[in-house]
Amino acid sequence: MTRRIVLRAVLVTLVALAATFLLDPYWNFQLARFAACFAAVAGLTVLVGLTGQLSLGHAVLMAAGGYGYAFAAGPVTDALGDSPAAPYAGLLAGLLGGLVASGALGALLGAAAARLHGPYLAGLTLALVIALPSAAVALPGLGGDQGIGVPFVPVPDALATLMYVEHFHAVVAIVVAAAAVTPLAVLRAGRHGLRMRAVLGHETAARLSGVNPGLVKAGAFTASSLSAGLGGAVIVMATQSVSPGAFGLTFSMLLVVGAVIGGLGSIGGAAVGAGLVVLLPWAVEAALDHLPAGLPPVLAQRLDGNLAVILTGAIVIAVIAARPGGVAQLLTPRTARDTAADTPSGTAPDTAPDTAPDQAPDTASRDATSHDTER
Amino acid sequence: MDRLVFLVAAGLAHGAVLALFAQSLVIVWRANRVINFAQAALAVVAVYAAFAVTAASGSWWLGAAAGIVVGGLLGAAAERGPMRLVPTDTPLPGIIVAIGLVMILQAGLAIAFGPEYQPVRAPLPERPFVLAGIPVLSPYDLFVLVVAGLVMAALALGFTRTSLGLQLRAAAFAPETARLLGVRVPRMITLGWVLSLATAALAGLLLVPTELGLHPHALDALFVQAFAVAVIGGLDSPAGALVAGLLVGVLVSLVSGYLVAAAAPLAVLGLLTLVLLVRPGGLFSAAKERAA
Repeated sequence: MTRRIVLRAVLVTLVALAATFLLDPYWNFQLARFAACFAAVAGLTVLVGLTGQLSLGHAVLMAAGGYGYAFAAGPVTDALGDSPAAPYAGLLAGLLGGLVASGALGALLGAAAARLHGPYLAGLTLALVIALPSAAVALPGLGGDQGIGVPFVPVPDALATLMYVEHFHAVVAIVVAAAAVTPLAVLRAGRHGLRMRAVLGHETAARLSGVNPGLVKAGAFTASSLSAGLGGAVIVMATQSVSPGAFGLTFSMLLVVGAVIGGLGSIGGAAVGAGLVVLLPWAVEAALDHLPAGLPPVLAQRLDGNLAVILTGAIVIAVIAARPGGVAQLLTPRTARDTAADTPSGTAPDTAPDTAPDQAPDTASRDATSHDTER
Repeated sequence: MDRLVFLVAAGLAHGAVLALFAQSLVIVWRANRVINFAQAALAVVAVYAAFAVTAASGSWWLGAAAGIVVGGLLGAAAERGPMRLVPTDTPLPGIIVAIGLVMILQAGLAIAFGPEYQPVRAPLPERPFVLAGIPVLSPYDLFVLVVAGLVMAALALGFTRTSLGLQLRAAAFAPETARLLGVRVPRMITLGWVLSLATAALAGLLLVPTELGLHPHALDALFVQAFAVAVIGGLDSPAGALVAGLLVGVLVSLVSGYLVAAAAPLAVLGLLTLVLLVRPGGLFSAAKERAA
């Protein structure tokens, strides 16, 4: 199973790398952003889909990866001075720094998350997203609203004839995203994924079978954070700066939307979701450029940007209403072996999602996470 | 000392609004077991309606009444419309629909009214009374405290002392049994949303004159703080929302007054973490069922 997953990952990575040669600089930059978002959404989808822990703060974990990258890459690049290898040593150190920073924050959050149920964890992570700009101002060294700069990584001499800068950054981003997501896919398919599903399905039953729910939840949160942190580090590498504004509430919500639209627990769905996060605003904007001519300037200015947001919202509602299991539900046949485990309602397969409009929400069959809050 | 008294008083007034908005989140949670992420966006639409009526009629009171009615109608529309599109046995689809709704409403407001802050006048003076040389509450702050207190008391009495309140609670806690006993559960859920959004609209109305003004995102910060308040209080507990609201209001006021305003979200995060580490279900959580 592991070999098959790795093989598939290598194939997908090679296809993506080949695609970078066909794209122009703008699209290669967007591809790098997509790869970074893919790593974060994949981490989120495994976390929410397999353990049921809703994190609204994955943008902050990406930011942690980004700040970790900046803190490690800057000094290492400076220390090596004029050596031609300096930027690449900085890149590697930065990725490692991103892993350490996001892993540490993720482990802390995971320890708290292991004790919290659904909405409480959502509240905590939401407060974290709102506190990020304050933390950037209040903590010394984070550079406030402006953020901090990151050393530029040029194209290596050996590849200089083949690639330009954006192209090289896209290649790095794809490789890093592959290194972030493949372990998640292996984790999901293996013994640990089974433990996560057991904890989601019935915590007490899982405990009786010798699974420690707290440990499994905290571990899943940390693994998810590491992937998101690598995504953040890579996006910081490509944009050459890290600031709290880039990882705000809207972006964090978009990551959740991407994970749910793609289909919770599905890695392929995460790719679709990340594509949505990167492409949809652009696509709607581009479509609108052809429409209005001769509109009053005030109205045109107000429509600019806002109409894209309205359409995005409408598409999000339409997709989730048509397919509560996300796009992945369309891709996997219903007879597939692990369909039940992949869909969010998989914990109680006997509760049909097609409740009649006037039927009461079925409290009795709600999943185990909400039982404790009921009297 | 003067400063402390002033900051605590101002914090209590802000805390009352926070508690009121948190109350609205608690009502929806109790009715439907969802966190309504669109609460701020729906409420701000009602506040726009309220100030449009005020501008047209010249009466703040008429506008406030209109805002509360519009808020209630929006609550019913949201629950009967988009929220019914998705199953409620898992929380996520509802959250995603709410986020989609937020995008549509806020961008729609920005197109209709422009991105500028529109200044809003309070119905009462905002200059504080001076008591023994110390500036304390302004008449408007006092008005906010009284209104928020009265509304929360009325809600508490309504939920615990009336037949309708009993039906609302029954529909929320045991929908199947309540249905068998003749409670019209879907109607009760819609009513819960109406009450919730009317309360949220009132909280928004009270807050906006003390802030920068009317804007599509004017209530976003209120929603996030109120969500933290509801979680700190224990999502099921109206009393918890009140206590936690006043607590967070005073904390934010003290931190902004003595340190910097930017540190306030960090203080809220710190308090939230501390409370959840000690009591994972919030301050006023019910006893937990035994697990293994």
